[in-house]
Amino acid sequence: MLNMCAGDQSLFTSLYTSLAQQLPREPMEWRRTYGRAPKMIHLEANFVQFKEELLPKEGNKALLTFPFLHIYWTDCCDTETYKSSVKEDMMRWQNTLRSHSSADWVIIVVETNDTKKNKKTNILPRSSIVDKIRSDFCNKQNDRCVVLSDPLKDSSRSLDSWNALLLKLRTLLLMSFTKNLGRFEDDMRTLREKRTQPGWSFCEYFMVQEELAFVFEMLQQFEDALVQYDELDALFTQYVLNFGAGDTANWLGSFCAPVRNWSGLLLRRPIDMEKRDSIQRGEASLLDLRSYLFSRQCTLLIFLQRPWEVTQRALELLHNCVQELRLLEVSVIDGALDCWVFLSCLEVLHRIEGCCDQAQLAANCSHTVGLWAYATDKLKSLGELCGLVSKNGPTSEDLNRTVDLLAGLGDERPETINSLQSPYKKLKEALSSVEAFEKHYLELSHAAMEMYQAIGRLRSARLVGKSLAEFYMAKGDPERAETFLQEALKSYVSEGWSLPVTHTRRQIAECQKLLGRTEDYLQTSALLAGDGNLSTEERKHFCQEILSFAGKSENHSHKVTLSMNVFAQLTRLQFHPATASVHSGAVLQVELTLRCLMPVSVRIQQLAASIHFDIDHGGTHGRSKGTLRRTNRGTVEFKQGNSSAGPASSAAAGPTLEMDEIQDRSPSDNSLASVGVVCKNTHLVMRRRENGSPPETPNCVSPPTVAMKEGGQMLKVQDVKLEPGNNSITFTAPPGTYTLRQLCATVGEVQFVLSHIYPSVRYEVYSQEPQLTPLLAGMPQLVKFTLLTGHYTVKKGDALQLSNTETMPILPSSSCTLVGESVLSIQSSEKVTSISLPPTPPYHALEFQLEVLCLIPSGSFLEYGFCPQMSIDCPWSIYSTLLALTFYIPFKTKHSLLSSGNRKYIQVCVQNVSDMSFTLADVKLTEKQHESLELQSFNTKTNQLLCSKHSVFCLWEARWKDDLPVTTLYSVKAEIFPPAGEPHCRSGLVCGLEVSITRLIEPSDGEMAEDSKTDTDGLKTTKLMYEVADSSSNWAVCGKSSGMVVMPLKANATHKLQIEVMPLFAGHLPFPKIKVLKYLPHNAAAAIQPDPDSCVENDSLSLLDKTLDDQGDTASIRSRGSIHSVGSSDQQQRGVAMPRLEAFSQGQVFNNSHSQQVLVLPTADDHIMEVNAT
Amino acid sequence: MAVCIAVIAKENYPLYIRSVPSQNELKFHYTVHTSLDVVEEKVSAVGKSLADQRELYLGLLYPTEDYKVYGYVTNSKVKFVIVVDSSNTSLRDNEIRSMFRKLHNSFTDVMCNPFYNPGDPILSKAFNGIVSGMMVQTS
Repeated sequence: MLNMCAGDQSLFTSLYTSLAQQLPREPMEWRRTYGRAPKMIHLEANFVQFKEELLPKEGNKALLTFPFLHIYWTDCCDTETYKSSVKEDMMRWQNTLRSHSSADWVIIVVETNDTKKNKKTNILPRSSIVDKIRSDFCNKQNDRCVVLSDPLKDSSRSLDSWNALLLKLRTLLLMSFTKNLGRFEDDMRTLREKRTQPGWSFCEYFMVQEELAFVFEMLQQFEDALVQYDELDALFTQYVLNFGAGDTANWLGSFCAPVRNWSGLLLRRPIDMEKRDSIQRGEASLLDLRSYLFSRQCTLLIFLQRPWEVTQRALELLHNCVQELRLLEVSVIDGALDCWVFLSCLEVLHRIEGCCDQAQLAANCSHTVGLWAYATDKLKSLGELCGLVSKNGPTSEDLNRTVDLLAGLGDERPETINSLQSPYKKLKEALSSVEAFEKHYLELSHAAMEMYQAIGRLRSARLVGKSLAEFYMAKGDPERAETFLQEALKSYVSEGWSLPVTHTRRQIAECQKLLGRTEDYLQTSALLAGDGNLSTEERKHFCQEILSFAGKSENHSHKVTLSMNVFAQLTRLQFHPATASVHSGAVLQVELTLRCLMPVSVRIQQLAASIHFDIDHGGTHGRSKGTLRRTNRGTVEFKQGNSSAGPASSAAAGPTLEMDEIQDRSPSDNSLASVGVVCKNTHLVMRRRENGSPPETPNCVSPPTVAMKEGGQMLKVQDVKLEPGNNSITFTAPPGTYTLRQLCATVGEVQFVLSHIYPSVRYEVYSQEPQLTPLLAGMPQLVKFTLLTGHYTVKKGDALQLSNTETMPILPSSSCTLVGESVLSIQSSEKVTSISLPPTPPYHALEFQLEVLCLIPSGSFLEYGFCPQMSIDCPWSIYSTLLALTFYIPFKTKHSLLSSGNRKYIQVCVQNVSDMSFTLADVKLTEKQHESLELQSFNTKTNQLLCSKHSVFCLWEARWKDDLPVTTLYSVKAEIFPPAGEPHCRSGLVCGLEVSITRLIEPSDGEMAEDSKTDTDGLKTTKLMYEVADSSSNWAVCGKSSGMVVMPLKANATHKLQIEVMPLFAGHLPFPKIKVLKYLPHNAAAAIQPDPDSCVENDSLSLLDKTLDDQGDTASIRSRGSIHSVGSSDQQQRGVAMPRLEAFSQGQVFNNSHSQQVLVLPTADDHIMEVNAT
Repeated sequence: MAVCIAVIAKENYPLYIRSVPSQNELKFHYTVHTSLDVVEEKVSAVGKSLADQRELYLGLLYPTEDYKVYGYVTNSKVKFVIVVDSSNTSLRDNEIRSMFRKLHNSFTDVMCNPFYNPGDPILSKAFNGIVSGMMVQTS
């Protein structure tokens, strides 16, 4: 702040330094008008000598040069001097001030205790001078006179007086400043209000308000200073806008002058006086004004430590200037503004770099990146304008333009002339040659991209990348261009922006074509040909590209395989018939609906659907229920990204559930253990949907890489023409159970492949074999025929031809009925039974019954049943169906021969093995060959129920009319006698067993010849071997348990044996078994006579079914098979003629005491009762 | 007023985008798409301070030489973007705000339509009408 000093100049000069230093040291509270918040400020003052001509005149607006305080310095200490000269001088000073209406003054009286001066005699007390001055000048304003004591001495008194002076000066100075500033502001406002008046000049006003800003800046009040500039900025902007609205101000005319200089912002000087002068002169252009204004704002913002606001404001400013020039219709040559913007961007960035360190810059690139991108953009358009972005380089016209542009830059400013990287140099260099341009452009682009990437603005980075790609394309470098384009495309595709996708893809197509990447190009072309965003002409062009490639008959090693989705979409699959499961004779048609996306119709040489044979569903075994899960009547809709809203949204909702029924059967008996429903595609349904995956919009797909699986079966259709839109293609399915896998359309050298048909579709062409239930042989039965018509319509007159077999005649009865309906007509001939069928629609069941009888074939022994063959001819098949019917034999029989003394009985056991119950009626046993037997039935009931799995026994007594082939030779009778003196046998006591063997009949001739010996008496005798054996350990045989008996061959010859046995338990014990065997001496003939038993069994007995159970444990069989030999084997028998034992045949020995029991008491002294249950 | 109005789904795909027919539609698509960067930046910045959460209006996303791009994000993270011509200076912040409010109301109506499937492109005539109204009033 300016102070004017009058009075003793030498005195002032001596004090000046300390005063100027001390004054700003302490802050003062500055109270402000208009309710603005008070501030603490440091007052800095400048002191000049008082000169009248320097005093501001009335109406002077300058604030910086305004003297705020007038100070009169004096060290006068004697009254004389005061009166003589000083007072006068002061008066003159005061008058001058008054005439300039300046009321801010102070008189400073300096007191020194100089010895020199103190010598004087007429010294008044120093106060008197001060008092005098006060009374002379400061009426009522005592504070206008200050005393400074001993200013040059270092004493506390001096210090105090200094402080008092400084405080006084500060207060007065601030008072004056506030007053004058207020006045200035009022004046300024008044001036501003006059802005609507003609003749008002913005530039003038600008200077006034800037004065205020300067003052604030001087006071370090940068905020306030900035406000002044912002106000000016806003005012100017408003004028420009008003101009746009038609409200023109005269002074604006100078700003509408054509732009001649576009040298950019200059931010390196605190005040660009050059521009300021031009503004003051009213010669500034719009860009000059804006540049100057911004440079001031920038300076203040940097003082305020807000560099990032600079960048933000810079961007706004640059955009704004471009707009304003447009609005004001300022004529400017092409590219000039680009130059200005480019230079300005770089200048701002340089300025910011100059005041921040690297780390700060890196952390705040979000603020600077806009400028980088803007500069990049501008440089690119400059390059295009000057022909630097072409393969051929600039033309002469381009060069002229470049020269014009460079001319507008003017000379480089002195500030940057030594800097190697100045914006000015960069621009000049960039425009100088194609190579330099490329270098600078790439540098900027990459810088902008890296920054965008660093702050996560990936989309912006890709956009810069795209612009870079366009540059590369123009330069003829499609390879690099494609990288950037692909990157951008990926992002557009993933976010579902269809228009950018189309545009980028078209650029990619261009690259790929230039690069000669045929396959990629075709794929992209296919995508573009089906892209609804393009015009029909463009789509046709791309379609034609594919077709012409396909038409080329070059020898490609392999066909080009492309994804079908971009070419045509499989929208629907329909089966005819809808069950997707037909009998092999029928035609199963698979109708595909393909929505062709091409703009023109395309002829396809072959459309093939590859199918996969399902092994688990054999294909011939009829339908298994699991496959028929799709109940939507044979139609499968394929959801795709559709152009219409409806279906696309459901695709967004996730895949549909695919349910399947599961049945769990226990492995042992195949019974159902559990049934459930299972979701087959849980991995798809439950998959967490990623955020940011848009629903598929038509062109926002990246085609998957596809491969046609070679081999395998195919459904094929040749030569199809696909029209744009929906097309219907029909395949005929071969037999088997198949799942559709892939679809492949071949157009010349190009294949379009749909790699997965999803949801998977399965069809089945089956041939169903008749399913048969087993029947029982030997009786007439109703056979139920169930005829499933399948695809075939049974017409009137159709008949089923059954070939007859001998063993199974069809009974010509009237019982062949349609179930629930009328009787079918049957015509039977010798060989064929023909059944005419009623007319039946397809896929219906026809049921009828037929009575058949299967004869049990004689002469052969069958264990379970047999399978007679039968063939059926039907009108819908050229093949006969061979049936192997299974008949089970319902009964098993076995028989045995029983004896009772001389009498013989035949027991027949009939076992029912079927599930049915039968009634046996009139059971008869007859002899087959010769009637030598007389059979007497013991079966009283004529009808006997034979339940399922039960047996019935029948008994006959057999008497031979002449000779019995089987007679009882011996009867064995056993008796047990208790020990002597006991009434009963007791356990543990030896009892006597008396066995008597009696010969019942006279020996036959054969017997006589066979093995008898003539006794000394002349009697024929035979040797028998007996054996007492107790298998159940009830008895202990004491002594010999077996022995030899010589029996005379004479009737009623009896032999008695005494054997001692001991019962081991008490109770009713069965007798021990007594076996009697033939003893054959060693010299007897080794050849064994045919066993008479077998003769009886095999030939003389006729049973109902003629079957015998070989394994059955009948008595006869056991006797036949068990040839007992004591300590020898068969081989020994053959080799050496050893004496041997031979069992009697069944019925030759009758045991009287068989199953007889004897009471055995416990031992008398036994107190414990032993109970033995056998 | 507006030269382009876009509604962008939470997943950043366009639900609705319309621009004045006189100008290159593609350019607006690029502009709106790029503006999502700033929207994301602002939204994530808003999340940090609880006080701002109620404020759906994101303000000027970024200016370009020719256009000003404004953003607005609903509570369900659906974004509205309005692009206005830079030369159109009559539009102040308040007008833009009220445009967004109107747009939001209409969008809410669209969402209330039981036949509208959230996430589908907006085809509503009413909504289209509102948008047309905002675009037609060229000053």
